Amino acid sequence: MKKILVCIKRVVDYNVRVRVKPDESGVMLDGLKMSVNPFDEIALEEALRIKERGTNAEVVAVSIGVADTQQQLRTALAMGADRAILVQTDQPIEPLTAAQTILAVVRKENPDLVLLGKQAIDDDANQTGQMLAALWDRPQATYASKLELDGAKATVTREVDAGLETIEVDLPAVVSVDLRLNEPRYVKLPDIMKAKKKPLDVVSLESLGVAPAVWLKAVKTQPPAQRQKGVMVKDVAELVDALKKKGLI
Amino acid sequence: MSKILILGEHDGKTLNPSTHKCVTCAKAIAGAEITVLVLGADTAAVAAQAASIHGVHHVLRVDRPENAHPLAATFAPQIAALAPAYTHVFGPSTSFGKDLTPRVAALLGVPQVSDLMAVEGAHRFRRPIYAGNAIVTVEADAARILVATVRVASFEAAAATGGSAAVASRTLDVVLPTHTRYVGSRSGSTDRPDLQTAARVVSGGRALASAENFKLLYDLADKIGAAVGASRAAVDAGYAPNEMQVGQTGKIISPEVYIAFGISGAIQHLTGIKDARTIVAVNKDPEAPIFEVADLGLVGDLFQVVPEISRILGA
Repeated sequence: MKKILVCIKRVVDYNVRVRVKPDESGVMLDGLKMSVNPFDEIALEEALRIKERGTNAEVVAVSIGVADTQQQLRTALAMGADRAILVQTDQPIEPLTAAQTILAVVRKENPDLVLLGKQAIDDDANQTGQMLAALWDRPQATYASKLELDGAKATVTREVDAGLETIEVDLPAVVSVDLRLNEPRYVKLPDIMKAKKKPLDVVSLESLGVAPAVWLKAVKTQPPAQRQKGVMVKDVAELVDALKKKGLI
Repeated sequence: MSKILILGEHDGKTLNPSTHKCVTCAKAIAGAEITVLVLGADTAAVAAQAASIHGVHHVLRVDRPENAHPLAATFAPQIAALAPAYTHVFGPSTSFGKDLTPRVAALLGVPQVSDLMAVEGAHRFRRPIYAGNAIVTVEADAARILVATVRVASFEAAAATGGSAAVASRTLDVVLPTHTRYVGSRSGSTDRPDLQTAARVVSGGRALASAENFKLLYDLADKIGAAVGASRAAVDAGYAPNEMQVGQTGKIISPEVYIAFGISGAIQHLTGIKDARTIVAVNKDPEAPIFEVADLGLVGDLFQVVPEISRILGA
């Protein structure tokens, strides 16, 4: 294991509740706290643990986005990534374009493993890892809750609807991670200082030969239908009675 | 006219209800001609089930030994070889479909619409973003094959009978990769209904405080024929296995009734239950956010409430 590429997306912090713009043109993002996509943080933590297990793999964090995405890459460097690459663009990037862009980085970097979150918590698309694996013509192991490396192979336990599934993949491969793979470390202040000196390359989308495309047109963005608040019952007897009346139990 | 290819989900014996829900979604596109595709080692049984779904016009079988397990790397090139004869490819938003469908889209060089929740036209759909806090209407280019996953909680299952589609077997001249291999599966298989499709769901949160205490919920569930779910907090704490997790990052469900015990109602959990017909919440904390969305609420200690419900029902 010589090199691991970890994909990082800058998203609205998971504690922030977004609101829809009154003109339905999108969601209000101005001034909101931005963070590393929590699933990508788990992916990075896994890469660092592989490195620290003695493989001494180089961990490279890559992101696509606006100039301010450097903040999230600095967080990745503070967590322990060795260097970072920002593919800078002001265009909104859809998953297929993201996969094409990461593929271009993969072609340059030749990693043994690409780790990323199973989905980003903004568009909830859950596509980029699978698309990258397809374009790269390499294995994908999505929703990983356990990752074991053995030479040129990886054994991955996946969280699926029926329980857990284990697959074996040849490396290089794309592994998308689920919640229970690990618990990411906290960043310590000295590490933040150290991260400032680590290399962070900024390249343009165009320099990688990727044309940003609008694949899907967002016509309008609306708030979800709200559920009405119901009634409170005073005791168990009343609850059971109400459920029976509705024919629910 | 729209020709829609639905990726049938099955375990070799039984077609998953997610397929029936995709059929309902496809029917919402006017004049759609619907084909269900089943890949497997021997799909005779599941193909027959697909053929009898109301509204299905054709069933395609692709049987080969490499298809014994649904590996995206193996399935995707076969689906991509068939797709150009269709205008749409739909997979379910289950772990099967979410894993597979984007790989198909990328092979075709087209985008994917994830979690399609409403059809507004052959190429215009609504889907949730930001954990369901916003709903975006998207429009795709009609000149390309439209690949999508269907949010199964948003659609009723099409009737399993009433259809009489023709079943055809196809042999595909596609070289399959050997870089991805199935090793095995583990499931907490129980006699209880499947969480994703159950009409009744009983669910527990961190307040259950231990895996042993979840037995209270299993007992109640068995009494009323319910599936059992859990909040992310309960799963993270090890009280319940991952396949029981309900929420944005777990299962998104739409039962007739969802009964939540000791679940506060984090946004990501509510995302998973918004489509339940009736939500019942029992919580010690009268300020718990789950009461904001509950149709029936009871402030109380679950350790007293659950046994009492069981006692009243048992009598």
